[in-house]
Amino acid sequence: MRHTISVLVENKFGVLTRIAGLFSGRGFNIDTLNVGPTLDPSTSRMTIVVRGDDKTLDQVVKQLNKLVDVIEITDFRDGEYVDRELMMVRVQVNAKSRAEIMQICDIFRAKIIDVQHANVAIEITGNESKITKFLFLMESFGIIDITRTGKVAMARKE
Amino acid sequence: MAHKTAPKSSKSRVKAQPERGPVMEGSDILVSCLEREGVDTIFAYPGGCSMPIHQALTRSKKIRTILPRHEQGGVFAAEGFARATGRVGVVMATSGPGATNLITGIADAFMDSTPLVAITGQVPSYMIGKGAFQETDVFGLTLPIVKHNYLILDVNDIPRVVKEAFHIASTGRPGPVLIDIPKNVQQARTQPIYPAKVNLRGYNPEQFADDVALNEVIGLIKQAKNPMIYCGGGILSGHASDELLEFVERTQIPVATTLMGIGCFPETHPLSLKWLGMHGTVYANNAVNEADLLLAIGVRFDDRVTGKVEKFAEHGTIVHIDIDNSELNKNKIVKLPILSDVKYALNRLNQLLDKSGQKRVKSNFAKYPDWFKQIDAWKREFPLGFKDTEDMIQPQHVIRTLCEMTKGEAIITTGVGQHQMWAGQHYTFTHPRTFLTSAGLGSMGYGFPAAMGAKVACPDRQVIDIDGDGSFLMNVQELATAHVEGIAAKAIILNNQHLGMVVQWEDKFYGSNRGHTFLGDPRDLKRIYPDYVQICKGFGVPCERVLHKKDLRAAIQRLLDSKECYVLDVMVPYTEHVLPMIPTNMTYKDVIV
Repeated sequence: MRHTISVLVENKFGVLTRIAGLFSGRGFNIDTLNVGPTLDPSTSRMTIVVRGDDKTLDQVVKQLNKLVDVIEITDFRDGEYVDRELMMVRVQVNAKSRAEIMQICDIFRAKIIDVQHANVAIEITGNESKITKFLFLMESFGIIDITRTGKVAMARKE
Repeated sequence: MAHKTAPKSSKSRVKAQPERGPVMEGSDILVSCLEREGVDTIFAYPGGCSMPIHQALTRSKKIRTILPRHEQGGVFAAEGFARATGRVGVVMATSGPGATNLITGIADAFMDSTPLVAITGQVPSYMIGKGAFQETDVFGLTLPIVKHNYLILDVNDIPRVVKEAFHIASTGRPGPVLIDIPKNVQQARTQPIYPAKVNLRGYNPEQFADDVALNEVIGLIKQAKNPMIYCGGGILSGHASDELLEFVERTQIPVATTLMGIGCFPETHPLSLKWLGMHGTVYANNAVNEADLLLAIGVRFDDRVTGKVEKFAEHGTIVHIDIDNSELNKNKIVKLPILSDVKYALNRLNQLLDKSGQKRVKSNFAKYPDWFKQIDAWKREFPLGFKDTEDMIQPQHVIRTLCEMTKGEAIITTGVGQHQMWAGQHYTFTHPRTFLTSAGLGSMGYGFPAAMGAKVACPDRQVIDIDGDGSFLMNVQELATAHVEGIAAKAIILNNQHLGMVVQWEDKFYGSNRGHTFLGDPRDLKRIYPDYVQICKGFGVPCERVLHKKDLRAAIQRLLDSKECYVLDVMVPYTEHVLPMIPTNMTYKDVIV
């Protein structure tokens, strides 16, 4: 089972290593990990997608909490959050396929951000199912390269 | 609803003002910070990148700097110091090999929750990452084996970091904290600002059980017919021995400790079952496993305690009280996990019991007659024992004699192996912090340096390392430290010329095929090798070899009477096995007696 955890950490060097090491040292699997600044320049926020059963997740959260540099953990157990991911994908094009690709991009509100003779780079943002579907559609044209940010998440609250 | 853990924040205290000191070098600032933390002893081995700090230490009037002969000896000594007192042990080494030589000790302190601050010199910050001479990334190397660590890149950070380090090492579940300081930071000058308080928003070690949970515990006790307490190092770290004794004498629940918990409850008490686990007493293992209520306090359900963990205490209701949230439901899922400082929890339980009229009794324990009868039957059927011999000295006999002659009042340290288990089994411990052993990591070579550290901390106590010949040799160079520094730590080597515990496993599981477990000289089997009497002579330490049982008592007396470091090399047979034994991943029913 996959879980999304949001971790507020001190913006100090070594924090990423501490967290990555915590996972690797216990055989926990990270699907994606995203780090970025927050409103407060002394903190960063990590969004981690981790795979494991409830017992594993319980340990992940407790172990993260033990780290001195971890300030707060939010474990999004069920649907009370929104999440997005940004992906760039480079796809082969030719005169025949170009129009169709642009049409699909339009439907998905994706943007073409780089155009070459034989390929285009596309930027797309969305939740997991949207990105998966888009990738599926692009496969038939020939995907050359992918780069993804990993998931970022935020609680739904007033 | 998203599950959200409460933000960790430390309580606001009275506003104290930070204090400014005179302009100094970083190294002098570091030493003044250590003095402010009350450090009076540091075990430190110098090198190129820690020289400025050593220079500063020569100017300190408050700190005694003890030079070990190997950094590992230094860190084990600091651990012994910490374990004997509950204060933070301090060790220092230079960069590169000095730092890597500390690693075993840091890992040891991590496993056994020993409060330790390790300081390492580092190459100048502008050289970091260039493969400089004696450079190693000790920050990265120690990440998985520290409670926290620091690399100081700004001299102005020294006072804050040192204050935080001591706070983190000594509070909550104690552990090691490493501070790495590049040489140029040690040499930089600034006016230090000593913070009045620690401000760590991500660290809140204060955890107190609520009354609802504690009343539930009392409810469970009321229903129980065969209750047991299984308690460990957390009682010692939490300074909760008195509270535990009172709790036991109010509830009359029998106690088995872990190896780490030895001494937290007097083994002479009628409700003591000594300790449990792989080589624990049969009656402790039976009682814990057949209890209908198990109160696990300050323990972590280690595999050497539980054996096959699914089968451990499988029919009992388990309550687990610990200050480390990550230990709750980690190795064993329990009915009632309680996150709390154990001293607080036991104290509060005692108050609640008092209110409900459950008074403390000091003798004639008769609350659970059937259960006590069963335990007594186990005690009679499976006492700790051994087959004694006429002239040959059995290792267990040495320990029993030592216990008798010291009246159980010595601080005992050990290496790792058979002698360690026998020391735990055959010495009778009655006080907290009197059995210092590498339990979690199992580091051979721990015993003698730890004894030195304990002796430095407790100069009026008799401190004796009960060691094996294999373990003793691993830090034999520390004899020089003991001699030169005038540290009257004693050592009794139970010398069987073998790695006894591995030999025992070879006998049990590998058809007695010896896989490099003989420590003597294969070309001269009659000779005792190495010759510890000669080795000690070289170090200027008195040592005698004991070959016959009739000579043992007098030799121990000379060891006890000595005002300086003293070593006994006692020859014992290698054929002896540590029993009882529950083989790895088996249950208490599979015990070999």
